[in-house]
Amino acid sequence: MDLAAVTALGVLFSVATLALLSLGLAIIFGMMGVLNLAQGEFLMLGAYTVLVASSHGLSVWAGIVLAPIVVGLIGVIVERSIIRFLYGRPLDTMLATWGLSLVLVGAVTLTMGPTTEGVATPLGSFELGRYSVSIYRIVVIAISAGASLAVYLALRYTRAGLVARATMQVPQLVAASGIEPERVYMSTFGLGAALAGLAGSVMAPLTGVVPTLGLAFIAKIFITVIVGGPMVLIGTTSAASVLGVVESAVSYASTPIYGQVAMLTVAMVLLRLLPNGLSGLWRSGL
Amino acid sequence: MSRLEPIGWAAAALLLAGLPHVLSLFQTVQLTVFVIFALLALSLDFIWGVAGILSFGQAAMFGIGGYAYGVVGIDLGITPLGLAVGMLAAAFVAGLIGYVAFYGRVGPMYLAVVTLTVTLIIYQLMGSTADPRYAIGQARLGGYNGMTNIPSLGLAGGVLDAAEFFYVVGALLYLAVLSCVALTRSSFGRTLQGIRENEFRMELLGYDVRWRKVLAFVISAALAGLAGGLFASWGNFINPEVFSLPQAALVVIWVLVGGRSTLWGAILGTIVVQYLTGVLGGAGSTYTAIALGGVLIVIVLLFPRGLMPALTQAVVNLARRSPAALLALIWRP
Repeated sequence: MDLAAVTALGVLFSVATLALLSLGLAIIFGMMGVLNLAQGEFLMLGAYTVLVASSHGLSVWAGIVLAPIVVGLIGVIVERSIIRFLYGRPLDTMLATWGLSLVLVGAVTLTMGPTTEGVATPLGSFELGRYSVSIYRIVVIAISAGASLAVYLALRYTRAGLVARATMQVPQLVAASGIEPERVYMSTFGLGAALAGLAGSVMAPLTGVVPTLGLAFIAKIFITVIVGGPMVLIGTTSAASVLGVVESAVSYASTPIYGQVAMLTVAMVLLRLLPNGLSGLWRSGL
Repeated sequence: MSRLEPIGWAAAALLLAGLPHVLSLFQTVQLTVFVIFALLALSLDFIWGVAGILSFGQAAMFGIGGYAYGVVGIDLGITPLGLAVGMLAAAFVAGLIGYVAFYGRVGPMYLAVVTLTVTLIIYQLMGSTADPRYAIGQARLGGYNGMTNIPSLGLAGGVLDAAEFFYVVGALLYLAVLSCVALTRSSFGRTLQGIRENEFRMELLGYDVRWRKVLAFVISAALAGLAGGLFASWGNFINPEVFSLPQAALVVIWVLVGGRSTLWGAILGTIVVQYLTGVLGGAGSTYTAIALGGVLIVIVLLFPRGLMPALTQAVVNLARRSPAALLALIWRP
């Protein structure tokens, strides 16, 4: 019984982290049709925000609040200086963000050093029968659910969300009604970056902070977003549920690396069957 | 252009034949690896420039070819067979990816991401093989330390010396360029160019674009696999760094610098980039990665058609406007 509860919690945790890590990229991909290959580095910058905050005496929670702001601003700068010149050229955008990812990893390695720095996990743990469960992991699940819900509510019920969805469908119409699509793209990219910053900061105490942090996650994120397809929330959550279960089951039975291999295999099969991703199963939605 | 073309081929052949006589042993060995990389760049230029398919996985195909060569070379000792197995292994993996991607009709971005993801996962997978039990016969995969003691390429009973190896590599590159050019001009190649320009129209004209794209992808992977086998033979060594992101980006940069409108442009691009990194090198891989990333951003933003085509165009324009200024640029007394 306890084992079942702990296992269920473990699976839920891996689904929740996968969804949280992928959400930012899913928004950028779903709304703007571009894939940001520097998304892993946005995660890494979020994690470093926590590290820097805690070395200045702030708590981990303050770092988690700061990270989306810092990384969101970096995202806006990147959009203004690189991405906006490349709209309508998705492959070139990928190449430029790939370059950006190499530059960011290099720059952080030079300034912060190549070693892994630890951040203490807050909150301790509680006993579930014979097992000890970290409270922080429960908080991570809650943050993931909260972020997804917030994105849903914002897109569904606010005016900004309405404009964003309209831009996604018919940018000309939005432009004709007096709103610059460029500005919408800028905010969307900033939001995607901010969510990556949040995800990175939340993961920092669990994984440690290192310049190549993004590499550990980026394969998973790409697979999740590609399998999810263009619908931001339905796609990401359903893909994260399928792939997170596969990954945690295989990782549990062997090693996390085989977990990723299994994820990739499942993703290839799904992509062959559903070229539009899991989004293709729904007629409409977010 | 077509009247000058045989002269170009002859000049290239003469250049390849003459170089080992002019260069020192060290320079020959160094040039050999440039030529191997040029073969890898050619493989991307063929799939990207001719068929319009951008793959981020050419470095992975290169690595697969290298590891396959190592395993066959160490276990069986028949190195030419190793090259063949390397080509086949890379072609097989590309066939699988190509089948899923092109028969699933996924878009070009999806293919780029899938190939990149495959590369990343192979990197981690090969890195996790440090334990001695990860061995194929006598060949230990060796984790991030890589596979060592890979035998050099031997033909007709003896191991080749540096100059002979350069001739083999150079001849293979020459043959590869020749085959790629011939293939591009064949009806298959023309169909590929049609797919690059307008895939939908080609389908409406009744061409099955799916198997043609898979075939082009497989051919290009086989070339990359061949280059990987030659690379493993050149250094007697291969490690998972060939699957790393900077390495994968490098292949794209070679082709971007050379421009993807001509197949030989990729070769020039490779040699220019590798020569410059050699000159700037020694600063450590972090600086190299930053420089590569910066180059990638700048080229995409400023010279989307390729760096060398843009430079050539600039020189041609200058020559038209004022030949004297061009002369002053080249020759300063």
